[in-house]
Amino acid sequence: MTAVLAPTTLFGLCGAALVGIGLFVVLTHPSLLRRIVGFNLLGAGIFLVFGVVARRGAAAGFAGDPVPHAMVITGIVVAFSATALAVALLRRLLELTGRSTLDNGEPPDPEPRSKP
Amino acid sequence: MAQLFDLALVIWLIALAVHITMARTDQNAIIAFIAFGLLLGLGWVQLSAFDVALTEIAIGAGVTGILLLSAEAHMRKARTSTKATGTKIAKAEASTTGTVSKATTIDEGRRIGAVGVITTAIACAAVTVGLGFAVLLLPNPAPTLAPAAAAALDATGLGNPVTAVLLAYRALDTLLEKVVLLLALVGVWSLAPDRLWDGAPALRPAEVPEPLAYLARVLPPFGVLIAVYMFWVGADAPGGTFQAGTVLAAMWLIVMIAGLRQPPDTALKTLRLLLVGGPALFLAVGLIGFIIADGFLAYPEAIAKPLILVIEAALTLSIGVTLAMLVAGPAQKAREP
Amino acid sequence: MTQLAAALVPITSAGGFLLVLAVIMPVCAVLAMLALNPRYSAPVAAVTLAAGLVVSIAIVVKLFRNGTALVYVVGGWEPPLGLTLRADGLSATMLAMTAVVITAAGLFAQAQYGLVLDKRHGRAPTTFWILLMATWSALNVVFLGEDLFNLYVALELLTFAAVPLVCLDGRAATVSAALRYLMFALLGSLLYLLGTALIYGRFGTLDLQTLSGISDGGPAVSAALALMIAGLLAKAALFPLHLWLPPAHAGAPAAASAVLSALVIKAPVFLILRLVLDVAPPEAAQFAGQILAIMGASSILFCSVMALKQARLKLMIAYSTVAQIGYLFIVFPLAAGDGELPAWGTIAWTGGALQLVSHALAKAAMFLAAGAIAEAFGHDRIAELGGFARALPMSAAAFGLAGLSLMGIPPSGGFIAKCLLLTAAVVNGHPWLAATILAGGLLAASYVFRVIDRALATPATPIQIRTAIPRRMEMTALALAIAAVLLGFVPLQPFAFLQIGRADAAAMVAP
Repeated sequence: MTAVLAPTTLFGLCGAALVGIGLFVVLTHPSLLRRIVGFNLLGAGIFLVFGVVARRGAAAGFAGDPVPHAMVITGIVVAFSATALAVALLRRLLELTGRSTLDNGEPPDPEPRSKP
Repeated sequence: MAQLFDLALVIWLIALAVHITMARTDQNAIIAFIAFGLLLGLGWVQLSAFDVALTEIAIGAGVTGILLLSAEAHMRKARTSTKATGTKIAKAEASTTGTVSKATTIDEGRRIGAVGVITTAIACAAVTVGLGFAVLLLPNPAPTLAPAAAAALDATGLGNPVTAVLLAYRALDTLLEKVVLLLALVGVWSLAPDRLWDGAPALRPAEVPEPLAYLARVLPPFGVLIAVYMFWVGADAPGGTFQAGTVLAAMWLIVMIAGLRQPPDTALKTLRLLLVGGPALFLAVGLIGFIIADGFLAYPEAIAKPLILVIEAALTLSIGVTLAMLVAGPAQKAREP
Repeated sequence: MTQLAAALVPITSAGGFLLVLAVIMPVCAVLAMLALNPRYSAPVAAVTLAAGLVVSIAIVVKLFRNGTALVYVVGGWEPPLGLTLRADGLSATMLAMTAVVITAAGLFAQAQYGLVLDKRHGRAPTTFWILLMATWSALNVVFLGEDLFNLYVALELLTFAAVPLVCLDGRAATVSAALRYLMFALLGSLLYLLGTALIYGRFGTLDLQTLSGISDGGPAVSAALALMIAGLLAKAALFPLHLWLPPAHAGAPAAASAVLSALVIKAPVFLILRLVLDVAPPEAAQFAGQILAIMGASSILFCSVMALKQARLKLMIAYSTVAQIGYLFIVFPLAAGDGELPAWGTIAWTGGALQLVSHALAKAAMFLAAGAIAEAFGHDRIAELGGFARALPMSAAAFGLAGLSLMGIPPSGGFIAKCLLLTAAVVNGHPWLAATILAGGLLAASYVFRVIDRALATPATPIQIRTAIPRRMEMTALALAIAAVLLGFVPLQPFAFLQIGRADAAAMVAP
């Protein structure tokens, strides 16, 4: 019982579950905005795996291995940047087409912008 | 007791994640995501990762939440107005509630289909199970760099090992990641129409709720104080540039959303210098390392801590400005002459 | 605990600072361009291009002279705590190839964005210069990085530089393509990051030199490698994960397309190569190699046919990219050798590396030529380009010469590459791979000749140039195409330069 409830085990399994759920949202959800949220869930799950690895590596008087912690902090910032760029692209797409879905791989307009 | 708390926390986290998947509207999903981020911050506390907990709450839940909420509100409005004008693009008729519109389901659903959804669900479950096993099977005792990080800590003069990893041992990662942030901003800005490109973003909603306007007047001084404190203790205790920068960003965003200050033109010189200042100083100190220390991104041991603090101060400002501008989005008003 | 032998402590080699410069100079340019007035963007880029080219050449020369890998320990912090940059023969080759293609793209863009004088300092050109420099830095880190997390940051840097390049012209279709690209790329990075977490949990290090000693990894390492390779495949656009690539690469401005197709997708391919050959335990590597080869062969066949069906020149070239990337993946079973020879001693290894470089040069030349054509005629619909060789002889020549390399006809780098791969396939007893290589060559010939045929046609009303384009645009494309042909004079044997820095690693693999 105690082994199952050890925080590293619990949060490790939680991370695994979040990865699965996030992946599912990213791959199947019809709303692109929701997919972007899904990426954040997937990322949260991955970061938790790092967190568990760090906690297991507690040594030298530290409550966790600081290297994975630093990686997670870097990762969270990168994830935010990605979210911001994705949201901006999505808003622009809506502005230009009135749609918030991707077209089905149609090639872009053949006509390059005409030069004045 | 602590274990039961962990168990409850994990169950809540998973339940919220499922809710995010199932929620009918994007707005509900995003609100659930913000709650998720706050709880996840608690989870990080339980994992004794206080630096990460602060970052998760500030960036993962806070700024990401603001970004997603404002995008959702904007998109809902855009869709509704498309529907009101009606004719423009019939295909994009989304219901006013922002639920999954018919067009959306058809467009994307065609490629996936019910069988596809079930197959994907099974595949994702398999990933979860496999990953669960992989985590359970991690070696015991776990390999760790904590002793190495502790041993090297003296050379940096810092007390917080996470800050040492970010700004000394793996400074190159951190430097490149600053460039990632700036590039994201360049990418976001590039999505403005040509004629507005160097103008200002628009953040202020049509009407500002009174409490927000009040908060915007009262909160910032405290916020700035908290940010300075977080940055200052970050050298030796949990906290640091990212967390402090995020608090600064949040303060500036509140002020801009409440309409007390206008967002600046993206081409504004001061803005550009603030954005570039932190990474540029970091890079400059790194290059000076060639002359005064062992090489690129090395610090002379005697002045390592003050150097790192100066870099962190500049980075905090740059991060705050970058994050706020990322949320503000591309320019929507032409540049003032 | 771990079975990792303590790797030799890396020591910064003389001249190692060149590696730092290769990574950092473009970053300096990015920061400078952000701070300065847009009118200085193009000059800053020009200076950086020249300096970066010199540094890359210096690294290659240094490697030739020393005969050993160049190493730089960043900040003096040794791995696993710190990071190193390391250039072996293959990395140096990649660096040089990158510098050449980026410089060409830069020259082309200087001419192109100079066309409309009042827009020279506008949104698209200024953004392009910043992103081009960022791409360069990211690629150099990918080729030099030795730490899996450092490589993750590099991959993300690359994503953030490449995605906005796709939608630089701002049309709805390209924004859609960029968003799709971002989704694929992010999913890829996250899977890679998850694998990194597992590797760290298992070994407590992410340093590739240390990890190359893994003898048995167990299920966690297999899972980690599978996740990382799957993620990288999504970024490399191997069939059937290629859906994002054609609209993205075809929709970008020509100079950006050239960089995306020639270089950006090579970064994940390069990392897969390193994971499979350097990190994976031998049996896992063999298994992964088989699967990758099947996917590669499918890419060659399926996407060559798709290229043949395209009505538009840039889309055709983009599909051809996916097909040509396929060749890089059939190297794995061919380079496996028989255990006596390390992978990098085989002709398949040399063939793969040559294919990487010759495709980069040829594909960049083709995209630039197509860009010149689209710019001059206002469209790139193949059917309506009858007789364009008369109007733009240099672009037509560039297209044709680059085509030689894609088809694998002598004299060209592509010929040597495909010849080496074919020989390896026959010698090692992989008849179906040999057949695929031949079929791929025939299909490439069909789609290239379809365009050449149009170029030399004599329609009733000769095609008219709509916008006069500077000569420099055409000459850049032609120079790259000629370089791709000149690669054909490399001797037909394992190329010693590619093995520099790998000799010590060879001992660990050979039983």
